[in-house]
Amino acid sequence: MSEIREVIIKTDKLATDKYQVNMGPQHPSTHGVLRLLVTLEGEKVLNVQPHSGYIHSGIEKMCEAITYPQIIHLTDRMDYLSAHMNNEAVALCVENALQVEVPDRVKYIRTIMDELARLASHQLWWCVFGMDLGALTTFFYGLRDREHILDIFEETCGARMTVSYSTPGGLMFDIHPNFQKRVKDFIKYFRTKLPEYDKLLSGNVILRERTEGIGHLSLKDAIDFGVTGPSGRASGFSSDVRKHNPYSAYPFVKFNEILDHRCDTLARYEVRILEMYESLNIIEQLIDNIPEGDYAVKMKGVLKLPEGEFYQRVETARGEFGVFIVSDGKKNPYRVKFRSPGFSNLFALNNMTKGHKIADLIAIMSTLDLIIPDIDR
Amino acid sequence: MTKEELVAYLTGKFPEAEVKSGTQYAEMTVKAEDLHETAGQLKETPELSFDYVFCLTGVDYAENMGIIYHIESVEHRQVMVLKVRTADRLNPAIDTVSDVWITAKYHEREAYDLLGIHFNNHTDLRRLFLEDDWGFPLRKDYVDEIRIVER
Repeated sequence: MSEIREVIIKTDKLATDKYQVNMGPQHPSTHGVLRLLVTLEGEKVLNVQPHSGYIHSGIEKMCEAITYPQIIHLTDRMDYLSAHMNNEAVALCVENALQVEVPDRVKYIRTIMDELARLASHQLWWCVFGMDLGALTTFFYGLRDREHILDIFEETCGARMTVSYSTPGGLMFDIHPNFQKRVKDFIKYFRTKLPEYDKLLSGNVILRERTEGIGHLSLKDAIDFGVTGPSGRASGFSSDVRKHNPYSAYPFVKFNEILDHRCDTLARYEVRILEMYESLNIIEQLIDNIPEGDYAVKMKGVLKLPEGEFYQRVETARGEFGVFIVSDGKKNPYRVKFRSPGFSNLFALNNMTKGHKIADLIAIMSTLDLIIPDIDR
Repeated sequence: MTKEELVAYLTGKFPEAEVKSGTQYAEMTVKAEDLHETAGQLKETPELSFDYVFCLTGVDYAENMGIIYHIESVEHRQVMVLKVRTADRLNPAIDTVSDVWITAKYHEREAYDLLGIHFNNHTDLRRLFLEDDWGFPLRKDYVDEIRIVER
């Protein structure tokens, strides 16, 4: 009897040994250069301390020295999967400051591009989420479908990811003559492929075991930490800028804000899957009704914003993105601040992972859908 | 509440503060020493309940530093801007609001990192992006030695 007791005491001692592990900056599941200092007790996560700055590029400082149309090209490089939404945020902010009204054609095209970018981003998220959990097949399925969207971008914008398509006053150039046909073909194609995602992964027993009840983020915490986008909406935080502060063509379309109140990793997964269906609905409502007209209004050669402060919120694939411009009346801004969704989402990670296993940390981080240049800027 | 009602309510509730309505959002400028208490009241008052900070910006004005809080009430769906200026520009210091709004903790770390604004009573005030011996790049007198930004 006494021997057995001794063994129990020994394992107890083993379990209380704490140690720290550096995850990243070159860890594949951080999807970039993020370093997490993880304090572990056995396999249990006690504390996660994010260290960022590995890809800090001083974009806000650079913006102070360049003109407003030039800023557009820097915003591509922050959240490169939501590049078009970032462009649009700056464009809208400058247009509001100058009180320029863009033609309806511009609004429709911008919204279609927004939703295409959101689809492409969610597709990529879905394939890496599967891969992070060890299901390599999803990677091929997701990238196969994303390629169709990137081809559409390439044809219309000349670039696949860093599109730089919106500009103050409208668009850089009109849509390609094939655009409508290709988008409609893509929707038809993707409507048959999206149910495959569910068949392949959503109902999978291993996925559900690893996600259900893991990484709980309560509604109060989501608001306190400012967790927006699909991650926040999976905690019931109604934070969709498209609904609450509609811009571009969002006032003209009907769509649902996907909310879930289960607050766990599975909820965040399912919100994104359902958002893909919503994006398809939005594009379908707009693609046949793009009004005729100019693709841009004539703007002055040198844009000077009036003295003052201007803020614009948009919804990217990761959450609420904001552009705050302080202008002193010159051709370049006095101060620009980008409110990036990933920044706020990242710091909720410690709260969500406490007490879970280290393998769950990967799953939780993956459902936050972090893009590191978006955090570091 | 509409924007005008919010402005009227804020003027009545905070007589010491300066409330403006002609801008994009309702704006309130408070004195540095009142910041922490005002922030607490903005969050706790049921008619206001500003619980979500979606942006926190530090700005280097020539004579002092400004901090601008964009806050929203999730319940009432209204937005306002809270502004404060530090007394000193070279060694700016201001009370933290991270105990009122948790997300401010990280945005304040960013403001400290890039502008050198010291937040009193902050529990974890460290550099966020840059090395400890780096200057404060978003200050207007920052010397860009390796010419990242060409002027």
